[in-house]
Amino acid sequence: MDASEEPLPPVIYTMENKPIVTCAGDQNLFTSVYPTLSQQLPREPMEWRRSYGRAPKMIHLESNFVQFKEELLPKEGNKALLTFPFLHIYWTECCDTEVYKATVKDDLTKWQNVLKAHSSVDWLIVIVENDAKKKNKTNILPRTSIVDKIRNDFCNKQSDRCVVLSDPLKDSSRTQESWNAFLTKLRTLLLMSFTKNLGKFEDDMRTLREKRTEPGWSFCEYFMVQEELAFVFEMLQQFEDALVQYDELDALFSQYVVNFGAGDGANWLTFFCQPVKSWNGLILRKPIDMEKRESIQRREATLLDLRSYLFSRQCTLLLFLQRPWEVAQRALELLHNCVQELKLLEVSVPPGALDCWVFLSCLEVLQRIEGCCDRAQIDSNIAHTVGLWSYATEKLKSLGYLCGLVSEKGPNSEDLNRTVDLLAGLGAERPETANTAQSPYKKLKEALSSVEAFEKHYLDLSHATIEMYTSIGRIRSAKFVGKDLAEFYMRKKAPQKAEIYLQGALKNYLAEGWALPITHTRKQLAECQKHLGQIENYLQSSSLLASDCHLTEEERKHFCQEILDFASQPSDSPGHKIVLPMHSFAQLRDLHFDPSNAVVHVGGVLSIEITMYSQMPVPVHVEQIVVNVHFSIEKNSYRKTAEWLTKHKTANGIINFPPETAAFPVSQNSLPALELHEMLERSPSDNSLNTTGIICRNVHMLLRRQESSSSLEMPSGLALEEGPHMLRCSLVTLEPGANKITFRTQAKEPGTYTLRQLCASVGSVWFVLPHIYPIVQYDVYSQEPQLHVEPLADSLLAGIPQKVKFTVTTGHYTIKNGDSLQLSNAEAMLILCPVESRAAVYSNTREQSSDAALRIQSSDKVTSISLPAAPAYHVIEFELEVLSLPSAPALGGESDMLGTPEPHRKHKDKQKTGHCMVTTDHKVSIDCPWSIYSTVIALTFSVPFRTTHALLSSGTRKYVQVCVENLSELDFQLSDSYLVDTGDSTDLQLVPLNTQSQQHIHSKQSLFFVWELKWTEEPPPSLHCRFSVGFSPASEEQLSISLKPYTYEFQVENFFTLYNVKAEISPPSGMEYCRTGSLCSLEVLITRLSDLLEVDKDEALTESDEHVTTKLMYEVVDNSSNWAVCGKSCGVISMPVAAQATHRVHMEVMPLFAGYLPLPDVRLFKYLPHHSAHSSQLDADSWIENDSLSVDKHGDEQPDSSSLKSRGSVHSVCSSEHKGLPMPRLQALPAGQVFNSSSGTQVLVIPSQDDHVLEVSVT
Amino acid sequence: MAVCVAVIAKENYPLYIRSTPTENELKFHYMVHTSLDVVDEKISAMGKALVDQRELYLGLLYPTEDYKVYGYVTNSKVKFVMVVDSSNTALRDNEIRSMFRKLHNSYTDVMCNPFYNPGDRIQSRFVCLGRAFDNMVTSMMIPVC
Repeated sequence: MDASEEPLPPVIYTMENKPIVTCAGDQNLFTSVYPTLSQQLPREPMEWRRSYGRAPKMIHLESNFVQFKEELLPKEGNKALLTFPFLHIYWTECCDTEVYKATVKDDLTKWQNVLKAHSSVDWLIVIVENDAKKKNKTNILPRTSIVDKIRNDFCNKQSDRCVVLSDPLKDSSRTQESWNAFLTKLRTLLLMSFTKNLGKFEDDMRTLREKRTEPGWSFCEYFMVQEELAFVFEMLQQFEDALVQYDELDALFSQYVVNFGAGDGANWLTFFCQPVKSWNGLILRKPIDMEKRESIQRREATLLDLRSYLFSRQCTLLLFLQRPWEVAQRALELLHNCVQELKLLEVSVPPGALDCWVFLSCLEVLQRIEGCCDRAQIDSNIAHTVGLWSYATEKLKSLGYLCGLVSEKGPNSEDLNRTVDLLAGLGAERPETANTAQSPYKKLKEALSSVEAFEKHYLDLSHATIEMYTSIGRIRSAKFVGKDLAEFYMRKKAPQKAEIYLQGALKNYLAEGWALPITHTRKQLAECQKHLGQIENYLQSSSLLASDCHLTEEERKHFCQEILDFASQPSDSPGHKIVLPMHSFAQLRDLHFDPSNAVVHVGGVLSIEITMYSQMPVPVHVEQIVVNVHFSIEKNSYRKTAEWLTKHKTANGIINFPPETAAFPVSQNSLPALELHEMLERSPSDNSLNTTGIICRNVHMLLRRQESSSSLEMPSGLALEEGPHMLRCSLVTLEPGANKITFRTQAKEPGTYTLRQLCASVGSVWFVLPHIYPIVQYDVYSQEPQLHVEPLADSLLAGIPQKVKFTVTTGHYTIKNGDSLQLSNAEAMLILCPVESRAAVYSNTREQSSDAALRIQSSDKVTSISLPAAPAYHVIEFELEVLSLPSAPALGGESDMLGTPEPHRKHKDKQKTGHCMVTTDHKVSIDCPWSIYSTVIALTFSVPFRTTHALLSSGTRKYVQVCVENLSELDFQLSDSYLVDTGDSTDLQLVPLNTQSQQHIHSKQSLFFVWELKWTEEPPPSLHCRFSVGFSPASEEQLSISLKPYTYEFQVENFFTLYNVKAEISPPSGMEYCRTGSLCSLEVLITRLSDLLEVDKDEALTESDEHVTTKLMYEVVDNSSNWAVCGKSCGVISMPVAAQATHRVHMEVMPLFAGYLPLPDVRLFKYLPHHSAHSSQLDADSWIENDSLSVDKHGDEQPDSSSLKSRGSVHSVCSSEHKGLPMPRLQALPAGQVFNSSSGTQVLVIPSQDDHVLEVSVT
Repeated sequence: MAVCVAVIAKENYPLYIRSTPTENELKFHYMVHTSLDVVDEKISAMGKALVDQRELYLGLLYPTEDYKVYGYVTNSKVKFVMVVDSSNTALRDNEIRSMFRKLHNSYTDVMCNPFYNPGDRIQSRFVCLGRAFDNMVTSMMIPVC
């Protein structure tokens, strides 16, 4: 570069830089207008249109007016822009042609020639007109002439290069106008010059930049060129543009460094790779660090110099732009970047030098920012600056470690040498900060001077940083710095100060579940606690660390050994226990009961096997493992009875414990899921919906305080429960991993035992699991011996052998050999003694333990069953067969209805009684060996059959029918049916009509047996019979015992036929058939079949002479409404009691339907005189007929057409009329005494002819 | 490329964290954990306006001397943090973005797996679950050049 191009310091490099405008011509004139000019020029902005599509800007122009000198004009190739005169003005107030010709023109020409020689085209000629001068010189040429001349002489085509300024010093409107025009012209020309010259400069600059790949290209040179542009923009107050220039340089340089790193090295860059010898930090207090700039210019700058200078410029511009926070941000980037670049370029840096540089730079930036902002602004922008604080802290820390200022003993000689070297690299303090007390330079120097000073500075910085981080909510960062601080304190042997920071950090990591930081911090904390002598805490941390899988095996063993060492120490106070939480030592995985239902009887043995997963890396000898058990008695609760317990607790006995998720942040993970339920609330009155909503059922779980649930560090105050009940296991070695430990206990008191705490003791160290969850319980019960007898089937059937199950629950009683059950025999129930019967013995948990033969001895009264020997709390089960003998008397209740003659009615009754079997109860009293009291057991047997009988007649021949119905579910084989007359009549013969001797009767089926009654003499008035039939279950094979037959006794009375009734209907005379609607004649013939018998002797009998008569009432009823009986339908007749006595009755009946019609019923009654005291057993209809008869009882045989009236009316009259009157009675004749010989006959009735055809005409 | 990749649950516990095996794992854990401060800050600063724009990429969280830490947050507030060596200047913003997008896709695949319990750590020992994710992270940590 040209040495003469040394810029002039007073003119440039102050913020007073302005574009240079030279002034030639009349200096006095210029001096006079200068104040106005310099004041007016920047007043109005001017739009500056930019090249390359850049946005136009409004710009306030200022200028530095200097006297024109030829040296000011730049020579060819000069790149300096700041000293570049953008405009040349020639001032004159010449108004005289003579003067003009004589001097001014020459002067102008000379000026123009100089400009042309330097190819400068930015010039302006100003002619100042002065009215005062004009007036003085009257002979002057018109003013225009001078202007014209000048224009003519100099401004060939650029007439605008010559302006007139009129009366510049006056205060008139004309002056103002003239000024405005001049200023506008001046601004325009200045901007034109800027555009042109800057454009040209930029083009040159770009050309230069394009040459960067050429070998001789120098970055420094280019730097200076582009910076020149930046200066100009800065000069024009275009800071944004200026910053862009620096940013471009920054990026270009960075790119070179990156390329260099990628192997594409530029020659010039090697220069920056020279070893770092000075690390005096950024200097931001001066607008331009001339020292560094010069070194760049001289191409002597190091990388740090260049970066520092670049940043200082960027900082200055950013501060002009009111962006101090960007300075902070960029500073951090720069510092990181520089460190990286030095590494990338493999620049040799003395250890600690960069730390010094960064530390100084951080503080410098911070102080610079603080210098231009107020407190409030800084406080609200901590987020931007805190990074620098933190960085400075970090660097100071590493310097402290480097220089031995942190070690306990202080720096050694090597450290001191290093310190001296580092301080030397700082150089002397720069003058601009020399007077500042807190300058970064002074701080660093002081901090490195002594251990105490370092501590002070480091603590100051750390606390400030932590405070700032905390204030903006960056808790994690604050904790991280705090951890560094803790490390420092630990180095300084001040664990009490370190503890709080470590605790804080650990809490933070635990809360968020960061395993590695937790482990690391906990390790530090453990060391701290060890130093502090917090034995309990230290052991707790140690146990956690010993179980920490993120540590190496050696470390884990170390911590485990720490615990064991402590535990093996003889304790100074023997009873003292160190209680630690169990979960870090070992985890309870599962628990298994034996018996698996966790129910045990008193005196029984319960074993509990637990699986403990030891977290320790080495086997640990545990003196004892204790489970504290809570005992509770629940009385009068069915749920605790032996039956319930043995039946219902059917779990497999294994209880799994969820693994502890200590590594996860419990606060979030362990929260239960929302239990949401729909809620509807209805009004109580009309059940309409009042409110509806959703409720959360487990709010209490969800809305707990977070702290309490998330505190993972167990509270040290673990309470050791002491109680009378505990399960103990001594001298156990817990291997790493799963260990099975078995506790055995003998159950003593009945009740519920809840496992509460699990403790493992190693010396004086107790590991406690305070709550065993889920809840684990076992139950102990006691039981009284009991005997149950129950049928095997749903119900026991009488008459056949049935199985009955005996269950003996031994309870606390032990059955010895020889113990027996004594059954007092019931009369009608046999206990069958099978040859071989076995009893099974079970334990209470239904495991079969043995099987023994049962010995049964029977005597008349007592059956003795000797029980097999069985221990307490066992069950003996065996089966016996019992046989209920049919009870001797017949089922008396049923014989009443059996006489009912009509078969259909009988059938109905059967259905009504349905399947209800007749039952018999047998009571057996049993003496049990364990009790002095007898146990009475009732067994209910059901009779499987129901039997009915019926008397059937055919004229005078008589038959007995017996129906056996099987009500049970079983099929039976019936055999050997007999009917025996138990009465005393000798001539009665019962002839069976049954052909088969053996018959099957299926379930729910009936079987009929018939016998004919035969007699030779007069039949007896009543007949007593016994029906018996042998039966056996059809399915079974031959039974061992013979079964008693089934018997049924009954009585039949008045079975001999006395009367024969015969009815006949004949069509009207002359007709072949009966027709509907026409009267037919009904002839009823009643014939006495026997002479006077015993049965006839009753009140109705009248004896006169040898003529014996009895009064009978007949009645013709047609229940099916086939016939209309015309006239009297009933009447009383006097019947002679003699064989073949006949009574004939005629009646008119009218068929109502056509077809084969059954004849109307004819009924016969005994007509008893009224003086009988008995109330009539007749049904209502008979009673009514009887009433009507009582009115006209002698006109019986005439058909009375008047009685064809409705019966209802008669009824109503009569029923009221005859209350209390002595009335004759009617008695139905027993079914056996009347034989209706025409029952079942039918008469053909043909429809009448067309009588009833209705003609219906439809219109 | 990346020296550490971490997936952090909404509740700020790590679902997955993996760093280059050559370097001190603990350092990265601390670094990622500390970076959550800035993630939180950025998320709260984004406010509702940016949630609508669905800009998940949080950009550079903070640089350190040796590393750059980038962040990304899903709509369900799961955070992805990636630590990149500062000397690796080849990595531009766009590459980081695309890496995050890849990570997000892989994470979505993991979430879609019916055998994955949301909130559980993503472990590569479950073949169908974490393996694919792990492989993807591995591919991101292998230097390109």
